Amino acid sequence: MSMSKKIIPVQVISPEHEAYLRERKIYRRKILGTQILLLIGIIIIWEIAGRLGWIDPFITSQPSRIWKTLINLHREGVLYYHTGITLLETMIGFISGTLMGTIFAIILWWSDFTAEVLDPYMVVLNALPKIALGPILIVWIGNGPPAIIAMALFISLIVTILGVYSGFTQVDGDKIKLLKTFGATKLQILQKVILPASVPTIISALKINVGLSWVGVIVGEFLVSKAGLGYLIVYGGQVFKLDLVMTSVIILAAAAAIMYKAVVYLEKLFLKWR
Amino acid sequence: MRAKPLVSIRNISMKYQSPEGEIEALKNVSLDIYEGEFISIVGPSGCGKSTLLNIIAGLIEPSEGEVLINDKIVCRPTDMVGYMPQRDQLFEWRNIWKNVILGLEIQKNLNEQTVNFTRKLLRDYGLFEFRHKYPSQLSGGMRQRVALIRTLAINPDILLLDEAFSALDYQTRLIVTDEVKQIINKENKTAILVTHDLAEAISMADKVVVLSKRPGTIKNTYTIQLTCDVKTPIGCREAPEFREYFNKIWRDLDVHV
Ligand SMILES: Nc1ncnc2c1ncn2[C@@H]1O[C@H](COP(=O)(O)OP(=O)(O)OP(=O)(O)O)[C@@H](O)[C@H]1O
Ligand SMILES: [Mg+2]
Repeated sequence: MSMSKKIIPVQVISPEHEAYLRERKIYRRKILGTQILLLIGIIIIWEIAGRLGWIDPFITSQPSRIWKTLINLHREGVLYYHTGITLLETMIGFISGTLMGTIFAIILWWSDFTAEVLDPYMVVLNALPKIALGPILIVWIGNGPPAIIAMALFISLIVTILGVYSGFTQVDGDKIKLLKTFGATKLQILQKVILPASVPTIISALKINVGLSWVGVIVGEFLVSKAGLGYLIVYGGQVFKLDLVMTSVIILAAAAAIMYKAVVYLEKLFLKWR
Repeated sequence: MRAKPLVSIRNISMKYQSPEGEIEALKNVSLDIYEGEFISIVGPSGCGKSTLLNIIAGLIEPSEGEVLINDKIVCRPTDMVGYMPQRDQLFEWRNIWKNVILGLEIQKNLNEQTVNFTRKLLRDYGLFEFRHKYPSQLSGGMRQRVALIRTLAINPDILLLDEAFSALDYQTRLIVTDEVKQIINKENKTAILVTHDLAEAISMADKVVVLSKRPGTIKNTYTIQLTCDVKTPIGCREAPEFREYFNKIWRDLDVHV
């Protein structure tokens, strides 16, 4: 959004415009300030509520305890091990889900026959909660990271195929016709118009997949229960270490947010022409 | 007597098949087009004008009949023919230069000579300084000129224009048609223009072909001779014969409101 056209340099800024810009800036700052205050407020109330015994920190945890847990995890080196594993699994699931989804979409676009044959299967697979496949994947692939990655991949694959394929089919027919008048082959049509015109669709698929891959990986780790943030959460829940659960959730939230931001940055990079 | 026609349309019929039935779009259309001619095709909506252009471009095959260009039967797109679509269809993610060399890129014909030719076209028609800009940064008229240069870059002998100006506002449209006509004359191209605008058809063309309602057949052909001082589409509208042609074609079209 913020990558809209470059603003044409205005020689003279009128006082009205200046006032408008100033007001906008103040408003933006107010929003940011309130956001930060809200966060601090929640943390403080949470902490006080725990100390004064309004809530039971044993069940709800507490900012200071989360901090302590974080430090401990850091000292033991466990923090990086589990976060790293989860991150790696998510990245692989996310990237392979997007890549394979796009490749399948290309196959469907290439052959209308294939697309029509597979249509009902795609509809069913799309409606199916992929998490149900978890136990099957574990039996087939083995109780370890590959099964978790497969889970993350499965969860985003069908959505990607459907989304990207519908993006492909929505490319303006006149653009394709134009290329055909130049004598373009099907491969050239794919390269020169279908793929570049679908970059926005592919990126919005990426945005959805970031979230879905996290879901897939965490569920996978719940099931496999060997390592990773999902494992820490399940383990923490089972032995009633809510501090560990909360800490893991917070790390998870931060990692997911960072990954989402990275995709948004990618979007800006690719959509310069907008 | 003139030489052989450049484009010879021989008894073309076209039937589209669909589950709902058969649509007969064109019926027994024959037309000879000579080198350097500017032909306008007018006719009611859905009478098969675009279909005819698509057949000439080699994009679709007619059910009957054939089109010959330079005595060769057209069966697939050739580099003899350049096509100007309705709305410019510039690729938003390519800058102007990348847009105008699109055809050369597809035909794997990018070399020093073609690049220089394309640069010259851009320079001649006032777009050279804009070559690094993106389409969204250009006005509608400029975009249309870029689209024309993209078509001219592959150096076709025949230009097909399918309502190529209909997306422009009225004033821009007048100016762009003037420019395009000049460019086409200067580059010595043969052109076939499909339009709904009778004034545009008459003022630009040497010959106006009127098609009937679907299935399209040739109802009438007018050879346009206008006496005007300024030989541009805008100037030609002042000619005394202009109104006469206009009324005749209007009657041919038989529009009931
Ligand atoms: N691919 C197709 N399949 C089936 N029918 C088609 C196809 N293309 C065109 N037609 C039909 O053929 C007829 C002629 O279409 P065409 O696009 O050539 O008309 P046109 O004269 O260009 O119309 P317009 O002035 O609205 O652009 C129309 O009735 C249209 O519905
Ligand atoms: Mg048409």
